[in-house]
Amino acid sequence: MQRKVPQLVCPAGSLPALKAAVDHGADAVYLGYRNDTNARNFAGLNFDEKAMREGIRYAQSRRRGVLMAINTFAQPGRFADWQRAVDGAAELGVDAVILADIGLLAYARQRHPELRLHLSVQGSATSYEAVNFVQREFGVQRAVLPRVLTLAQVETVIRNTSVEIEVFAFGSLCVMNEGRCWLSSYATGESPNTVGACSPAKYVQWERSPGQMATRLNGILIDRFGNDEAAGYPTLCKGRFEVGGEVYYALEEPTSLNVLEILPAIADIGVAAIKVEGRQRSPIYVAQVTRTLRAALDELARDRQHFSVKPAWQSELAKLSEGHQVTLGAYNRPWR
Amino acid sequence: MNQTFTIPRFRLPGLVAALGVHLPQWPHSLALASALNLAALAGLLPKESLAQMEGRSFLVEVLDAGGQACFACRGGRFRPLLTVPAKPDLSFRANLSAFLQLLARQEDPDTLFFNRELSIVGDTELGLLVKNMLDAIDWPRLPFPGRQA
Ligand code: SF4
Repeated sequence: MQRKVPQLVCPAGSLPALKAAVDHGADAVYLGYRNDTNARNFAGLNFDEKAMREGIRYAQSRRRGVLMAINTFAQPGRFADWQRAVDGAAELGVDAVILADIGLLAYARQRHPELRLHLSVQGSATSYEAVNFVQREFGVQRAVLPRVLTLAQVETVIRNTSVEIEVFAFGSLCVMNEGRCWLSSYATGESPNTVGACSPAKYVQWERSPGQMATRLNGILIDRFGNDEAAGYPTLCKGRFEVGGEVYYALEEPTSLNVLEILPAIADIGVAAIKVEGRQRSPIYVAQVTRTLRAALDELARDRQHFSVKPAWQSELAKLSEGHQVTLGAYNRPWR
Repeated sequence: MNQTFTIPRFRLPGLVAALGVHLPQWPHSLALASALNLAALAGLLPKESLAQMEGRSFLVEVLDAGGQACFACRGGRFRPLLTVPAKPDLSFRANLSAFLQLLARQEDPDTLFFNRELSIVGDTELGLLVKNMLDAIDWPRLPFPGRQA
């Protein structure tokens, strides 16, 4: 008998990426408009109206879900832009919208009662109280948990709520309590919650000099890499800083989350969906991660008892990772 | 999986690179600019992205082959530049195999970048725009090697 395994939710920053996700076995894709209503507002990324319609048709005609992320916080005087994004999503017939802003959740609930609501990771619900609150007030049906909880904590949330729980399975780590990080705002005045990008590209400088490369964010030195050292994204959290006379990754090493090893446990505690980070990545990344996780989930569904992580899966994922290392992140952290 | 052909990671020997720098740079630039123009003409490049590239200069340097291509975007079209500007707005540097892997969509630019196989110097936002623009091209599906079916 096939066991029930979590759904696989994959990123789509472009139409080719969406098709790659669908073709390689995603159960659902998540995407966003080409503006600051979503947390991956990068130059040239995301969907215009035409690509959006084509993408939704492509996925839904193959019976895969489309989740639209409208997960930044409405900025003063511009609430109408966010409302329009929600109206557009409802009109396009997406399977759910992923929201973070409480005002927007209330709007979506009142205006489009039939529209399925997911709480974004940017909404930063880390406890079952928070999850049950958004269910009671806005009818939220699924919540994406921030990447700061241990597996045991995730389980506690699931035991105490009827809201579906989605967790991150693979991708670059945003280590702070998502939706509550001030580092990017501190350095640039702009952050994921406000403009839809952490450490926006216009503030980033890569400086090459013989034997090394330096990264600066709005003038602040983030890191220096020797020529054979793996590089990471230019975010403050992944920089090397001098603290007490020592230079090291004071906040977090540039690593990627990878939960393959604990996939059986994730399925056992009743996680409804696992999510892949990376709408900013290319279609080939989406294809590679999707087919690897699909293979792992299928294997798990087929034979839970004998599930073991194939070396080929691990090496495929390790290659794609930031900083070339993978970790279980907070899921297995001894402290909390 | 259903990939029929993979470009291996390789590096051309130094001798080839030494030869390469003595070859005229113009043909590379011309070929690259024409390819981009073809894509632009076919409506594969979004207008707003093109508008943001107006007036900017780009340098593509193939390290192991020693070739350089420099071009600029003017009037919505890409034109080769005969002389390399002292400070192009954006420079991409990589070995030939990395560029081929990128073009065949066999490797993700971020992956190559993390692994230090691709270097991007200059206006980072412009770099992101170019990368995302190339990623978003929905090439017609043809059963030719190196592409996912
Ligand atoms: S600085 Fe790091 S932790 Fe903070 S939002 Fe950016 S990626 Fe996340």
